[in-house]
Amino acid sequence: MDDVADYARAMLIIGSNTTEQHPVFGAMIRQAVLKRGVKLVLADPRRIDIAEFAALHLRQRPGTDVALINGLMRIILEKGWEDQKFIEQRTEGFEEFRTTVMQYPPEKVAEITGVPTASLHKAAEILATNKPMAVMWAMGITQHIVGVRNVMDLANLQMLLGNMGVPGGGVNPLRGQNNVQGACDMGGLPNVYPGYQPVTDAAAREKFAKAWGLAKDEGGRMKDESFALSGKVGMTVTEMIPAAGEGKVKALYILGEDPVMSDPDTNHIRHCLEACDFVVVQEIFPSETAQYADVLLPGVTFAEKTGTFTNTERRIQMCRKAIEPEGEAREDWWITAELAKRVLAGGNLQSPISDAPYAGWNYENTAEIMKEIAALTPSYAGVSHERIEKGERLQWPVKGADHPGTPILHVGAFPRGKGKFAPVEHLPPAELPDDDYPMILSTGRVLYHWHGGEMTRRAKGLMEIYGQSLVELNPEDAERLGLNGNRRVRITSRRGAMEAEAWVTDRVPPGMVYANFHFPEAPANELTIAALDPVSKIPEYKVCAVRVERVGGNQ
Amino acid sequence: MPITLTINDRPIEAVAGQTILEAARANGIVIPTLCYHPALPIVGSCRLCIVEVEGARTPQAACGLVAREGMIVRTETPALARDRRTILELLLANYRDAEYTAADRDDTEFEHWVKLYGAQCPPGSTPRPQRKVNSDPNPFVWVDMNKCILCTRCVRACADVQGRFVWRPNGRGARTDIVAGLETTMLEARCESCGACAAFCPTGALDNKMSVDAGKPDKKVTTTCAYCGVGCQFDLNVKGNRIIRVTSTPNAPVNGMRLCVKGRYGYDFAHHPDRLKRPRVRKYLLETPNSKHQIPKSSLQSEWVEVDWDTAFDITARKLREARDTFGPDSVGVLTSAKCLNEENYLMNKFARQVIGTNNIDHCARL
Ligand code: SF4
Ligand code: SF4
Repeated sequence: MDDVADYARAMLIIGSNTTEQHPVFGAMIRQAVLKRGVKLVLADPRRIDIAEFAALHLRQRPGTDVALINGLMRIILEKGWEDQKFIEQRTEGFEEFRTTVMQYPPEKVAEITGVPTASLHKAAEILATNKPMAVMWAMGITQHIVGVRNVMDLANLQMLLGNMGVPGGGVNPLRGQNNVQGACDMGGLPNVYPGYQPVTDAAAREKFAKAWGLAKDEGGRMKDESFALSGKVGMTVTEMIPAAGEGKVKALYILGEDPVMSDPDTNHIRHCLEACDFVVVQEIFPSETAQYADVLLPGVTFAEKTGTFTNTERRIQMCRKAIEPEGEAREDWWITAELAKRVLAGGNLQSPISDAPYAGWNYENTAEIMKEIAALTPSYAGVSHERIEKGERLQWPVKGADHPGTPILHVGAFPRGKGKFAPVEHLPPAELPDDDYPMILSTGRVLYHWHGGEMTRRAKGLMEIYGQSLVELNPEDAERLGLNGNRRVRITSRRGAMEAEAWVTDRVPPGMVYANFHFPEAPANELTIAALDPVSKIPEYKVCAVRVERVGGNQ
Repeated sequence: MPITLTINDRPIEAVAGQTILEAARANGIVIPTLCYHPALPIVGSCRLCIVEVEGARTPQAACGLVAREGMIVRTETPALARDRRTILELLLANYRDAEYTAADRDDTEFEHWVKLYGAQCPPGSTPRPQRKVNSDPNPFVWVDMNKCILCTRCVRACADVQGRFVWRPNGRGARTDIVAGLETTMLEARCESCGACAAFCPTGALDNKMSVDAGKPDKKVTTTCAYCGVGCQFDLNVKGNRIIRVTSTPNAPVNGMRLCVKGRYGYDFAHHPDRLKRPRVRKYLLETPNSKHQIPKSSLQSEWVEVDWDTAFDITARKLREARDTFGPDSVGVLTSAKCLNEENYLMNKFARQVIGTNNIDHCARL
């Protein structure tokens, strides 16, 4: 992030309300604009705060990012602004990609996105002629059925301009929760072990089976085949919970997550959790999801435990215990380890071979767990609590005990050798406005709250400033609805309805409403659609069709 | 090219372009400052950092004085001490402490220098507050302009760190005040409650409202924020097993002195009465411990019972084993957490794959 703030000469922020969701990075960007004259192009349907600092604000219609990016790339190609040397030496697949992009002339793009052609030209010029240029994106890009395409297209743009592998360039995803990066790195995904080693790769399976004591032991005794490490890709959260509703998943172990608040189509989630035979939730608060639990295990907050988090720029940092756990609450790692021991002790075919190096669950502390992680995860091979405590600043990959880490990725080469251009076509969102549901709902966060709000709704001052959910509504629409003085609205989609106070503001364009999902009494996710990106399985939170009506008053 | 100069009879090496203040600090020599802060643009208005330079007729402000080859500088002389005491006494004439804070708190920067140079409140100045104490409704930032010494650190913090331009000097000379916006509340002046102005204030005129009376911490623990993926670091100030405030840790790799409202002020959830403090299980799980599949799923109707850890673990382990062994490993799903530690996520991955035997593990990165 500091490389972007210090070296980028232009920036494209797309699908990220940076100053509210990543506020400190947002503040760094504002200073880069003020002090270094960085040219910022913002692409966002809403006139969010950072727009004040943008040289240009493109207000594309929700769900039309690919068309927009393709349109910009076509202009870049026509003007000859592409980085030919980079394309030749470092990439492949350019011709095919070029053919696709050429099908997005400015007029067509203007029609799809609603961005005037003059703005498209200006944006392309700013982004192509100021180097290095950094692209920042967040969930406004991924929470679409075309999320993966969006991300690929942004990579296309940066390869086209040769902005990969340089300080102040690159594609910079801004992760949501503080340790999303770490949860992914640590194998908290259905298709990979820690360090993104695929479960479908026999060599990776063998490696982990040996480490965890699931392989043949020295004496040649075989483990039961059915319990060897599974090579079948598992279910994502957006598949797992519906599967619980269908009775395919019988038991759920949920750590610190609140799918009732954060997942799409809340009513369906509630039904699924209710249908599930056994749900164990490990949490710090009785969350909305906890209502559906059969067992509640009290975990602790970040202030009560020691270990590491990995931030959005792959930086591994210490979280340090400052206070003793409240009551009988316990560190989450301890709870998981104890539970593992009990399940394994229950006597079954699968009990691991005891002499495998990492089969056991007796951990004194998280430093010991990190040793196991380092041994099994090439990108964390050189990570240890000792190094971080000594003041070393580590960004993975950290390939060994004396490797200094990797602040900038893809310097000189991509992991697969050459970067591949992936031609991407525009696809409209899964649900578009129609006569019954004429407006578009987009959801996200606000500065003063966090995610399902479990923590921030329990912070007094935050509630004083932002104590109830506000739904952003354009003045034109407000007038049409007759919202004079009476500001309460009901928003209805095909899946559910919610009521909230309207904030009449031209932050949102006409025809769009914006809601946050921090408050259970205004549950935006009762409305959202569980339409998933086919690859990432991320739901389309940023677009669904709704109807807005005023509540009360005379009609 | 390094520059060699002499400070307090010591030969010092400085980097070209470094100021005397920076060169002195880099060599462990303390020069008192008030309006200066390394993370803010220099204004050189308080003049507390004056030093004597051989060849110069008057003392010079060290914060703006660029080091030159061969300079001979003195930072502590009886004359300088006298001048500093006078500067501090002039500030004290307009500084009024309503003494609402707990006695055991740390000295502010201002109080520190006042004590060190033995500055006294000049006779005849009124010790009573002239302005409203706690004059702004912002829930996080405490405003008591009776303590303002017009160093403008808050003005610069808001503009140059946060990029928000809430504070500005208003009026002239001795009648100057620092005000928010057009003399509105902070929030009306578009404050984002990041707390930077309070963090940079050297007198406590701006302070952390949640912590004004909290006193001195037993310890400070540097840690990483639990909210967003920026990964800011800060110090949790702890007293009697309670977090009493968050302070910036200036060499935090990502954020330096910066924090946002959630990181700086969103910590009280840790002590919220809603915290789960004992394991709980639904009553039906205790009533029919041996029946396997006949139990109707009745968790919503069944009340919670608090139990000890052993009971909770035994029930949970049994139920997970049952599902795994009866319906196969893929009948179990594990949701790990993007709020939890790397080490905890690793264990959840190991739990799903080794203990249960399924790849049904995910978290809410998508959401
Ligand atoms: S809290 Fe932050 S935004 Fe508000 S006035 Fe202070 S520095 Fe400015
Ligand atoms: S202080 Fe704010 S910006 Fe920094 S990590 Fe925490 S939530 Fe993110």
